[in-house]
Amino acid sequence: MFPDERGRFGEFGGKYVPETLMSALVELEADYRRLASDPEFSRLLRSYLRDYSGRPTPLYFASGLTEFAGGAKIYLKREDLNHTGAHKINNTLGQGLLAKMTGKQRVIAETGAGQHGVATATVAALFGLQCTVFMGEEDMERQALNVFRMRLLGAEVVPARSGTKTLKDATNEAIRHWVEHVEDTYYIIGSVVGPHPYPMMVRDFQRVIGDETREQIIEREGRLPDALVACVGGGSNAMGLFYPFLRHDNVRLIGVEAAGEGIETARHAATIAKGSRGVLHGSMTLLMQDEFGQVQPAHSISAGLDYPGIGPEHAHLAKSGRASYEPITDQEALDAFTTLTQVEGIIPALESAHAIAYAVKLAKTLPADALIVVNLSGRGDKDVHTVERLIGGSLQ
Amino acid sequence: MTMRGQSAIEQAIRNCSKRTAFIPFVSAGDPNEDVSYRILLELAQFSDVIEVGIPYSDPLADGPAIQAGSLRALQAGMTLPKALRLIARVRAVSDVPLVVFTYVNPVVQYGVDALMQACADAGADGLIIPDLPFEESAETREAAVRHDLALIPLISLTSHERVQMIAASATGFAYCVSSLGVTGERASFATELRAFVDAVKRASSVPVAVGFGVSSPLHVRELAEFADGVIVGSAIVKRCEDIQNALSSGDAARLDDSIEALSQFARELSEAGR
Repeated sequence: MFPDERGRFGEFGGKYVPETLMSALVELEADYRRLASDPEFSRLLRSYLRDYSGRPTPLYFASGLTEFAGGAKIYLKREDLNHTGAHKINNTLGQGLLAKMTGKQRVIAETGAGQHGVATATVAALFGLQCTVFMGEEDMERQALNVFRMRLLGAEVVPARSGTKTLKDATNEAIRHWVEHVEDTYYIIGSVVGPHPYPMMVRDFQRVIGDETREQIIEREGRLPDALVACVGGGSNAMGLFYPFLRHDNVRLIGVEAAGEGIETARHAATIAKGSRGVLHGSMTLLMQDEFGQVQPAHSISAGLDYPGIGPEHAHLAKSGRASYEPITDQEALDAFTTLTQVEGIIPALESAHAIAYAVKLAKTLPADALIVVNLSGRGDKDVHTVERLIGGSLQ
Repeated sequence: MTMRGQSAIEQAIRNCSKRTAFIPFVSAGDPNEDVSYRILLELAQFSDVIEVGIPYSDPLADGPAIQAGSLRALQAGMTLPKALRLIARVRAVSDVPLVVFTYVNPVVQYGVDALMQACADAGADGLIIPDLPFEESAETREAAVRHDLALIPLISLTSHERVQMIAASATGFAYCVSSLGVTGERASFATELRAFVDAVKRASSVPVAVGFGVSSPLHVRELAEFADGVIVGSAIVKRCEDIQNALSSGDAARLDDSIEALSQFARELSEAGR
């Protein structure tokens, strides 16, 4: 069972943080393990997931997309229908409840596209917690609407102006802030990244996606799917979908990485395809770096995938061969964004559009009775402005 | 032959007996390699140990001043191999103990043992890796022992029951973090600092120095009452910005003056510990 007692997934994971945070991480792990086996915590979390976020989310047979691809049957796991519009709320409800039940008054978070920031600000409002969100200055421009949503929800949004001014640097700023305020502040990390116990904890809070999918596909089709497809930045929606299927070797697990302008260029975020072993944001994982270990900037059209690292469990699944990781370019994601909108009437997040793009490619290679489940991790309202700027002129 | 390695650091601090050891920090190559060499030679005249920072893209234990210094050095082309070359140049003319301060990722990329070998070859005496906590450090500690380098651990006000374990593993000296937060200047220290430093001293067989936020002669005098050494980083690195401005002005006299100003400031800090 991973992670082991040192927080390792094979050679990846661990806790690489300043000493000031170590006691807090040890305490967090103990609190989490205690609450995870506390029936009252589970009952409360289940009720919030159901009554507040709207779970279970549907597993929708996408007949239009299936017809468009002309191969395997494609199902969409509708995480976009969650409250706040993405899977991120599964985790923030879990960690927010953990913060509340351990007596913390204040939470902080990092955010890329703003979805995790909004989901954190939302649970902070729900549970009556103070909230500060760190967001790259460049992302604040790209996702201005989400910045406003967070502020409406009562959160303070702090621009990260260091480095590349995106998710990587927002995470650095959140960690720096946490080091200073560790005694009264809970850090809600938004993906399966960071020091142990975060990758394990976020995975456990997101596995509800995979657990529901398993039940729903068996109900619909009487069997497990042939392949699961999900986009990967840090990798929380993919990990949540994959995790309950890890021991089912016949189910192919495919993570889709942002290839940006192409993995042969310097502008992409394809960490598994092009990265190497190293430490980023507290864990040993794969990351994009130069020969001297300087972290290299990532690029993706989608702010949520624009990250030079990846969760350590994904690094492990890639290394062990249990999951495979495929690159999808900005252009392919854009095409899939409009395709899904037009054939299904569903506007996907640009992040999720990467998964759709790959699923269509894959479906074409499989027989008509094969089953693919794609995690539609978020809705695309937040991206409409970006897409309008890119393709607006071509629509009449 | 002069002593090197972990005992050189420990002895240099112990030799201060009647005063507190002065340990400045600068980023290697800030604002460029040659000026950085001049700064290091200035500091070497009145420092007991010098910390040489390896500039890094994601220095998450550092505040704005050292982030800026790191960035100046990177923009001027500094790399880990060049920083080791710079250390070797200083070593060729000075015996001052030198400690390499680096984040863990460049260590992983270089290879733990290979980097220790390269540090020892360059004449460095020890390392500080701020994001390598005790639990992840076994391989690095073994390699440090193999190459007779000190591995100086950070111990924090939040370490509590971890103090014993970490302090007992310290070689060279134990580095007490003065307050919560990242590096950077502070108006005052935590009230419990003295009790904390005393606890670390009891648990450690090597000298105990205090850093983070130490930025004035007044601070140094305050800490000298109970610390074996003081580490000053941000307050010195901030003055490297003036040096860079002087450097880009192309005015050699102005450059000399700015280096002299940093040197004068460091000397005052050093003398405040007497």
